[in-house]
Amino acid sequence: MTPPRLGVALGAAAAGGILGSLARAGLTSWLPVADGFPWTVFWINVVGSAVLAALPALAAVRRTPWLGVFLGTGVLGGFTTMSTASEQTAALFEHHHALTGILYCAGTLAAAVVAVFAVSRWVPAPDRLAADAAGVDE
Amino acid sequence: MTALLVALGAAVGAPARLLAGRLLDDRTHWGTLLVNLIGSAFLGWLVGHGVHGRPLTLLGTGFCGAFTTYSAMAVQSVDRGGLRGTAYAVGSVLACLGVAWAGYQLG
Repeated sequence: MTPPRLGVALGAAAAGGILGSLARAGLTSWLPVADGFPWTVFWINVVGSAVLAALPALAAVRRTPWLGVFLGTGVLGGFTTMSTASEQTAALFEHHHALTGILYCAGTLAAAVVAVFAVSRWVPAPDRLAADAAGVDE
Repeated sequence: MTALLVALGAAVGAPARLLAGRLLDDRTHWGTLLVNLIGSAFLGWLVGHGVHGRPLTLLGTGFCGAFTTYSAMAVQSVDRGGLRGTAYAVGSVLACLGVAWAGYQLG
């Protein structure tokens, strides 16, 4: 499967990115974290990573190039965030919560990688390659 | 109003990330790494500079949030696997933390 044309891909990424970002903004304002462990963004990044790893298992995503970009690059790319994770970690260090910062930074990466690894084991390798070729995780 | 600002920022950030990925991602995902670095540095600078309220919602939550991605980084590193995958994941997280902190100090 080939990636969708650039114009289609940009539109799909924008539409999905809006939805994913709104979901992230909604969750973080609904479940605010003051100065402790940033659990809300932790779960956003871990769950978003696991769902992205599961997308290639959906036949519709493999058959419909723009759908993979919409859901993967758009919704999940917009939902998860490296910038907030980094900024929150830096802020924890800055506010003398170094241990929480280290646990947050290392914990998010470890949990996300373990979740992706676990999900990937259930997705056939050809499906993962097809989704990769279509640019699902750009 | 908040939702509109988030949507506006995301409508620019997410397609910009796609473009960077198409132009620069190869066996190593340089495009994804680059957007994560730029977005992390910019958000660190915004917060360090004391930007808050609506400008932070538009540029931070909307643009930087959608421009950067954790999920693609995690999936790319597991797909790559081994030492290279591990180096990409750990390197991404540490470098993004470093530039976010530097941006915070500059801000």
